[in-house]
Amino acid sequence: MSDFTTWDILRNLLLAARWTVLLSLVSFIGGSLVGMALLFARIGKSRGGRGFVRAYVEIFQGTPLLMQLFLTFFGLGLFGIDVPAWLAAGLALILWSAAFLTEIWRGCVESVAKGQWEASSSLGMGYLQQMRWVILPQALRVAVPPTVGFSVQVVKGTALTSIIGFVELSKAGTMVTNATFEPFTVYGFVALIYFCLCWPLSKSSQILERKLNVAHRNH
Amino acid sequence: MSLIEITEVKKRFGDNEVLKGINIDVAPGEVIAIIGKSGSGKSTLLRCINGLETIDEGSISVAGAQLLPDELHLKALRLKVGMIFQGFNLFPHLTAGRNVMLSQTVVKKTPKAEAEVMAKKMLERVGLAHKFDAYPDQLSGGQQQRVAIARALAMQPIALLCDEITSALDPELVNEVLSVVKELASEGMTLLMVTHEMRFARDVCSRVVFMHQGRVHEIGPPEKVFANPATPELKQFLGVIH
Repeated sequence: MSDFTTWDILRNLLLAARWTVLLSLVSFIGGSLVGMALLFARIGKSRGGRGFVRAYVEIFQGTPLLMQLFLTFFGLGLFGIDVPAWLAAGLALILWSAAFLTEIWRGCVESVAKGQWEASSSLGMGYLQQMRWVILPQALRVAVPPTVGFSVQVVKGTALTSIIGFVELSKAGTMVTNATFEPFTVYGFVALIYFCLCWPLSKSSQILERKLNVAHRNH
Repeated sequence: MSLIEITEVKKRFGDNEVLKGINIDVAPGEVIAIIGKSGSGKSTLLRCINGLETIDEGSISVAGAQLLPDELHLKALRLKVGMIFQGFNLFPHLTAGRNVMLSQTVVKKTPKAEAEVMAKKMLERVGLAHKFDAYPDQLSGGQQQRVAIARALAMQPIALLCDEITSALDPELVNEVLSVVKELASEGMTLLMVTHEMRFARDVCSRVVFMHQGRVHEIGPPEKVFANPATPELKQFLGVIH
């Protein structure tokens, strides 16, 4: 039965890993865009906007990603919309990433000293001008390391989409196991590939942190 | 004709009334020192004039610009009065020169080249022309505060509010900032300063305002206020200081 070479296993897993990478990119970029919009609502002047984003974040942080995937996948089906697995996976991960990124960035914006708002106000700047020229440039520097760090969570989060049938690295692992009956080897490789994706990200987060000298530069 | 008119201003933080009806009129070119214990409301008053705090009652106007809580009126007011803070509040991600240029280009839409000329001029005025390209964290406290003054001046305000601008400085750096302020005063700039530098208040200011428990307790020329304090509160305050 076992006509599979190690190379066969690895090749199939690597091919599937492309989808993990793609899904991670889509989730992270989409999540960043949505998260940026939510951020402006969260720290803006409209009470309704702030309340909405607060509730949004609580819901997404307070429920397992798996449930969010199920609800997107099966929930949209209830409305007669036939959702392919890739769409449900992408959508759920975008919304989930947005919730976390908004919260990370809100902390960064709020870490900018209050005096910066006051000084720029006293010079006559309006809200958007303050954000654009004074607050965001400083918040961004603080935000880079945790944001890159969060991208690791996104990559690992994509593994869950295997459960709704999206064929990425984990799902491919299960399928290859079913054919080879060598779960330890296969999942070992799966884990190794995840590690190869995630490790450079966490490492670069550390390097960036040191480079941007977050702790010292802000006083 | 008064330049700054503060009329019956009241301000509450929750149940705590910190300003209980303040009336001060400031003529152009006057230099006013506001003194008093911490908690007497002097900083709050200064922040109200610039619209950093809203007021609950009364009115404030600077050269015809009324303090009203919408962005348009606030901007008009803030273009007339600049403010210097205790903690400098320079933009740490910009060089000294850029700090001085930013609000000109963003708020007044001054072309960059023009703003740069103005920034150089203002930095020179505070004795820091050579620090144009230095970042705030490369400057001493006194230098940072002088850049902050240059930044406010570049907007060509008709009055400056100084909120304890030397309190965060090491003693040996206080004078370099005060001498800049003194020069502004001699050039006819209208100044309102909250300060603990009594000698400076006595030498430079045209009037001294003593605030106590949210009210203007005594007001007058420095010779009178310092030499003949009329109320026991001011006597006690001056006694504590000296």
